[in-house]
Amino acid sequence: MSSDLTAPVAREKTTGLHIGDAKPGVAKTDPIIIADGVRRTFGGLTAVDVEHLEIPRGAITALIGPNGAGKTTLFNLLTGFDKPDSGAWTFEGHSLSGVPAYKVARLGQVRTFQLTKALGLLTVLDNMKLGAKGQVGERFWQSLFPFLWRKQDHQIEERAFELLKKFKLDEKSDDFAASLSGGQRKLLEMARALMSEPRLVMLDEPMAGVNPALTQSLLEHILDLKDEGMTVLFVEHDMHMVRHIADWVVVMAEGRVVAEGDPISVMKNPEVVDAYLGAHQEIDLGVVTGRYPAADAGKNKASKESK
Amino acid sequence: MDWIQILSNSASSIISPATLAYALAALGLAVHFGFAGLLNMGIAGFMAIGAYGYAIGILTFGLPWWAAALLGLVASAVFALILGIPTLRLRGDYLAIVTIAAAEVLRLLFLTTAFDKVTGSADGLFGYHASFRASNPIPEGTYGFGPWEYREVDWWVRILGIIALILAIITVWRLMASPWGRVLKGIREDEEAVRALGKNVFGYKLTALVVGGVIAAAGGIVYALPSSVNPGVYVTSLTFFVYTALLLGGAATVFGPVIGSLIFWVLQTVLGNVLPAAVQAGYLPFMTSIQAQTLKFILVGIALMLIVIFRPQGILGNKKELTFVK
Amino acid sequence: MPTLALIVAFLATMLAFTFLAGVGSASADEIDTDKYQYRISGNVQLDGKPLENIALTIAGNGVDTTVKTDKNGQWAVGVPEKNATYTVALDENTLPTGIAVVNDADATDETPNIKDAEVGPGGRVTVNFFIGEGERHVTSFADQLVERIVNGLRFGLMLALAAVGISLVYGTTGLSNFAHGEMVTFGAVMTLVFSRGVGLPIYLAVPIALVLSGFIGYVMDAGLWRPLRRRRTGIVQLMIVSIGLSLAARYTFQYFIGGSTTQLVGADQRPIQLFGSVSMSIIDMVSVVISIVVIVAFAMWLLFTRIGKATRAISDNPSLAAASGIDVDRVVRIVWIISSALAGLAGVLYAYYRPGIKWDMGAEFLLLLFAAVTLGGLGTAFGALIGAVVIGLIVEVSTLWIPADLKFAAPLLVLIIILLFRPQGILGRRERVG
Repeated sequence: MSSDLTAPVAREKTTGLHIGDAKPGVAKTDPIIIADGVRRTFGGLTAVDVEHLEIPRGAITALIGPNGAGKTTLFNLLTGFDKPDSGAWTFEGHSLSGVPAYKVARLGQVRTFQLTKALGLLTVLDNMKLGAKGQVGERFWQSLFPFLWRKQDHQIEERAFELLKKFKLDEKSDDFAASLSGGQRKLLEMARALMSEPRLVMLDEPMAGVNPALTQSLLEHILDLKDEGMTVLFVEHDMHMVRHIADWVVVMAEGRVVAEGDPISVMKNPEVVDAYLGAHQEIDLGVVTGRYPAADAGKNKASKESK
Repeated sequence: MDWIQILSNSASSIISPATLAYALAALGLAVHFGFAGLLNMGIAGFMAIGAYGYAIGILTFGLPWWAAALLGLVASAVFALILGIPTLRLRGDYLAIVTIAAAEVLRLLFLTTAFDKVTGSADGLFGYHASFRASNPIPEGTYGFGPWEYREVDWWVRILGIIALILAIITVWRLMASPWGRVLKGIREDEEAVRALGKNVFGYKLTALVVGGVIAAAGGIVYALPSSVNPGVYVTSLTFFVYTALLLGGAATVFGPVIGSLIFWVLQTVLGNVLPAAVQAGYLPFMTSIQAQTLKFILVGIALMLIVIFRPQGILGNKKELTFVK
Repeated sequence: MPTLALIVAFLATMLAFTFLAGVGSASADEIDTDKYQYRISGNVQLDGKPLENIALTIAGNGVDTTVKTDKNGQWAVGVPEKNATYTVALDENTLPTGIAVVNDADATDETPNIKDAEVGPGGRVTVNFFIGEGERHVTSFADQLVERIVNGLRFGLMLALAAVGISLVYGTTGLSNFAHGEMVTFGAVMTLVFSRGVGLPIYLAVPIALVLSGFIGYVMDAGLWRPLRRRRTGIVQLMIVSIGLSLAARYTFQYFIGGSTTQLVGADQRPIQLFGSVSMSIIDMVSVVISIVVIVAFAMWLLFTRIGKATRAISDNPSLAAASGIDVDRVVRIVWIISSALAGLAGVLYAYYRPGIKWDMGAEFLLLLFAAVTLGGLGTAFGALIGAVVIGLIVEVSTLWIPADLKFAAPLLVLIIILLFRPQGILGRRERVG
């Protein structure tokens, strides 16, 4: 993101999230996720090695760190898309170790992907309706009898239109999602995730590939989530965005949590400057933020962060 | 050349048991490949299970024909579960390899002399028609008009085949127009995204594999109803022919597979009649009539390539909704 | 995982069923007699009384059939070729106790239970054995095992020639090439054309066929696959195009050579006994040497030459390879030429191994290729090599326990079971599986 971005209207930051000194693994007053000893190795490489981490409820938490710090891997682990070598974690008191991804999502913890996964050959509206939970018509035998699910489907459709209107996608509801722009797809993916009425929204690089005209509204949408009582955890490289919207920042490097705290103090932390900002100086930011689309090759694999 | 005869044969093939069987198999494959994005390369195996299940049910277990048909369908559902449970968690190309391998294993098991008493090995199975013919409500005689003039037995086969096809079409159409179908199409596009929305992707894929497999097995039964079960039919080429019929019509459509099978068989019949006739009439001096019969299969292969390259969505498919798993 | 256990249990039951049935159930007394027009038949009697359920195996010219005598002691097997020699072996284990096949008066054949049967111009031949009290001529289990292992290695190395090619093509272009089997057939058919057709000696016909195979690989890449890559055709579409190509090619072969099996020059060579019960003809031994030499040369090429290294780089990461200045199109073109020539060579050797050339010989080969490549781990050439050898061994060794006509089913079943436990194959990397 370029520096000419106009700062959004500042909204109140949530404070008083932690108990005691803001150091890695600090306890939170009201944690939504508690992770302990989560380790994941690829071959000989340790991608994630988190001793203890708590994510505060009702706040926006940013997960930052240099490329390869293990952010996306941690995301995949917490959402059940990858299996750790060891470790345990809970979401609102439910143990999630070994719980498959779809059950994690049903518990109210929904995620988006670094490379957007809009379902291109479904219409925008169908994309949205797919997000709703507990649909009778999604069960095999019931689906054969429309009178069993038609009413619910209408309700879902109404809710989908409301959200689409909010995300300014309602005029495109009958278009194939493949015809949307990159930023619109990001919005659609987020809106679709909201259809499942989640309590924790996990966004993997929500700003990657979004053109500057849309960043503003995307930021506002994320702030709205908190106002509506949801907890947000996001991965981002963009320091502007982190500073503006995050209430709490977790810094990772080489698979570990190296620092935690509110955005202002974390960015002053010499270790963070060292581990993160320092490491960035030689690297083209466009590459780091994934803003350059990965070459067509690894389309499907790319969501799995490499070593 | 006797054009009247050729036209009559071609018109007759529109409701031939082979066409109906292909239509059912292609519809089952549409559920797998077109809607769920599952690369099933073993559709011939599902058809074989239907056909053998039916014939063995009657000959070995002494079941009435309808119970034997049911046995064929249940067996194919079990086959789908056995194939699906280990492979549906793996990458798509593994499913392709496992299904083509499993279909071949199955064919070899039907072909081996070790089970000759049950499967008839290379001779296949025949002479299981008594119960089916006894159930025929149509009085003896020849009915119909023009090219569609058949004996009561042949009508009974065709009527049941058409009923099975209509039932299958309604089921698939209902499924795909429902939220269930929406999830399935979502999985075809990107299964991780759908999983992230709380859907049991594996369960949907497995159900789709079973549904499509049972429909394809019904095709196998219709194929076996009028004549015999021959292991030489259920080779990998059959799978490829069904793919051709499916892609001709449109992979992610409900009527595409039916139209595709129809065109496939009418063209086969036309070519199968015209080419040898042309040879006999001396229009193709460089060809024998056996070669003329082979030529039509060469043309099937070329047609398959051309469809996939130039019109991958098929005749009925929407260009935008063109459906090939990535 | 309980489901996994369930499947394993199910497959195990299926296997057990196969084995039991293979041993227990009776075979027909007449096999393939209506499929082929020529036949070998006989009558097994002891002192004028017929013996029922005696097993005989008839092999050669693409046939490997086991038949059992009926209650009149009679048996008959249909065979595809006349003017050809088949071996008829009587399984002495199925004779009553104390009874064996004995030698005629003054003959000193060490294995009187195995006979050559020549089907002459009349297309029919009768083979009878002298049966009486005597010592049996059974090959010990160890000898059989050694023989099977040697044959399995021979088959596996031949399979490897084609498997490394299909694997390289997959690795560099993402194409699962269903037409690879037809490239195998092509090599054999071209050898046939230039030896039997044109009349060249076999040592000239084979090289010409291989050059043509390589050329066909070039033509396919330039005329079909490269334009499709340019169009960014999806890999599933490419795969189905290759299926169409396979069908068209397969029936084109049938168009020209018909539906019967044709032998190459020297296919009827006498095997020479080497050790134990292992015997090979000169051509068999040359085949093995050629396979080994070519595979070693191929491995050297892949490991040490510039193009070979580039090939592996592209298999690892195509966009990175392209970005680092590798001419991907050129490498892919070379890969096509090499893998097509290797497939052609495998076809020639397979024509001697089966033996015989038939229009759909490649189709039966293709599934074993896929099994080999998957077993080794998709897209790794050395994995394909190991996978091929394993598949070759399974094909041959499994016949010690299961009927010979199920020998191609065994590796496919093993493949399915292995995928349950190690979906990435023997050498594949776990992370590759999605």
